[in-house]
Amino acid sequence: MTVAIDRATGKRRGDREPRPGLGQRLKHGYQKHWYAYAMIAPVVVVLGVLVGYPLVYGFYLTLTDANSLNTARTIGVNEIAATYKFIGLDNYADILWGPTAYDRFWSHFIWTVVWTAVCVTLHYTIGLGLALLLNQKLRGRTLYRLVLILPWAVPTFVTVFGWRFMLADGGVINSGLDMLGLPTPLWLEDTFWQRFAAIMVNTWAGVPFMMLSLLGGLQSIDSALYEAAEMDGASAWQRFRYVTLPGLRSVSSTVILLGIIWTFNQFAIIFLLFGSTAPDAQILVTWAYYLGFGQQPRDFAQSAAYGILLLAILIVFTSFYRRWLNRNEQQLAI
Amino acid sequence: MSTTTVEAPVNQQESASGTAPRRVRRRGENSRGAALASHGVLTVASLIALFPVAWLVFLSLGPDKDDYLRPGAIWGKMTLDNYLFVLRDTKFFDWLTSTMIVTLGTTLIGVVISATTGYAVSRMRFPGYRKFMWVLLVTQMFPVAVLMVPMYQILSGLQLVDNYLGLILVYCTTTVPYCAWLMKGYFDTIPFEIDEAGRVDGLSPFGTFARLILPLAKPGLAVAAFYSFLTAFGEVAFASTFMLSDSKYTFAVGLQTFVSQYDAQRNLMAATAVLVAIPAAAFFYFVQRNLVTGLTAGGTKG
Repeated sequence: MTVAIDRATGKRRGDREPRPGLGQRLKHGYQKHWYAYAMIAPVVVVLGVLVGYPLVYGFYLTLTDANSLNTARTIGVNEIAATYKFIGLDNYADILWGPTAYDRFWSHFIWTVVWTAVCVTLHYTIGLGLALLLNQKLRGRTLYRLVLILPWAVPTFVTVFGWRFMLADGGVINSGLDMLGLPTPLWLEDTFWQRFAAIMVNTWAGVPFMMLSLLGGLQSIDSALYEAAEMDGASAWQRFRYVTLPGLRSVSSTVILLGIIWTFNQFAIIFLLFGSTAPDAQILVTWAYYLGFGQQPRDFAQSAAYGILLLAILIVFTSFYRRWLNRNEQQLAI
Repeated sequence: MSTTTVEAPVNQQESASGTAPRRVRRRGENSRGAALASHGVLTVASLIALFPVAWLVFLSLGPDKDDYLRPGAIWGKMTLDNYLFVLRDTKFFDWLTSTMIVTLGTTLIGVVISATTGYAVSRMRFPGYRKFMWVLLVTQMFPVAVLMVPMYQILSGLQLVDNYLGLILVYCTTTVPYCAWLMKGYFDTIPFEIDEAGRVDGLSPFGTFARLILPLAKPGLAVAAFYSFLTAFGEVAFASTFMLSDSKYTFAVGLQTFVSQYDAQRNLMAATAVLVAIPAAAFFYFVQRNLVTGLTAGGTKG
């Protein structure tokens, strides 16, 4: 291709230990690629120290019974050494099969899956609908776009406070429903309505990202395709189905994956909306945080084990997703 | 049309300017009814997007802490007292300072290192490339719960707990992987011929990057900056664990302490929330011009 691209194969990341016998190749690779490594070095160092090592250490914690009573800590001038011990895979067994495992893990797991599926579906469909509307020639289009991005522009912890005012018993939403003669649910207390409210707020907050990404995707579709379709007598629906959707495929597969990952790990909205008052509305991430930081004694080991399980679920899902995309001859935009 | 207002890379600009007017004319032939329906839907959506924020602003003008239950009464007694109280008698400016240090630090460091990384993975096929991209993707999946305890111990080992730099580095770990991914997508849209020209003229790879590619990548950089800024600004979990002294709280933490300290005086909370939202929204509207272009490049190019 071009001189700017150096194509080489084989060796793994250069900051790892060379395997014996590959010294010569490594040296060659170093000479050829040192500037590439120099450019990614800061990221590798920061991620290695602040993500890689904590991950390994966190995984080790899941194999122990560490909690805030037996880890090393300092009280006043006294240093107390750690007394927690290695217990193997007991934490995982306890979470997945132990007594009351359904209440502690599986109910949260099911709710997390439902939450992710519903939220991402709503984000995507509403985002796509609005993007299609904004992609037309309309008066005031820029203004609409600016207003519609607002939920993304204002920080989550601010907007969630706004929603709490509105959802509170006697707040504006219930007053409005009351005026229309509709029932007024206890949004922040009843489990079903807590979940409903959480999905509603997250949808409100998450649509702008999808909308903007899809709008970008729409604007990059070659309009000659639309003309050709129209010449062939395609209806509006057919143009949408056979030109727009395939044209959006690459951007869609990327934003849907990101949406799933982000929603699955969505911490701020549920945490700020309910605090620790709603055990049944906690998704796995907030529940793990509650175990590790929201209760006494803090159960570091179980909390970390939940974290590892979450990560495993996401990695397995992403691998399958990529394989599925590859089978359909698509590439993820990475 | 947003794509025409920014410096888009060459191939994109061609397609945008070449095709947009024709498509627009075709769509413009839609009936008046369809246009009205579009306006109707967009207006309703805009109201939904606007209402919670507007409501917060409205409530912040009511002087009494239970006014949010009787919004009608606020009309008669609107006042800015809440704002005056927040600005004069709380640690608001301490929080503002620390939020700005942390947020701008994250944005600056994050954008610089994600740009170099994005350029490296866009232009150079070094060994370990695919693994590295996979690591960047997986890093975004890390739940807070698994990293919090070990991170805390590392940071206290490095004397970085309750320290701005510590929090900045922690935020970089969450923003950089996505930003690097995004920048890679953007750099891919810049023709490789530009790199070649730079090399022919005797620039080093770093020189090519800094002098030729970075200036062309401004929209992409803007989106990365925007994403870093908002992530750092709105983050709650790490900030509430790693910042210990109340003069170093960021807004996300400060607002929570404010609730208990002032006995859930919701009018003051609302006023603080509005004041907090202003810098974020200001920054947002500063960079939004480049937003769609940057996201397009990040999302549509492989």
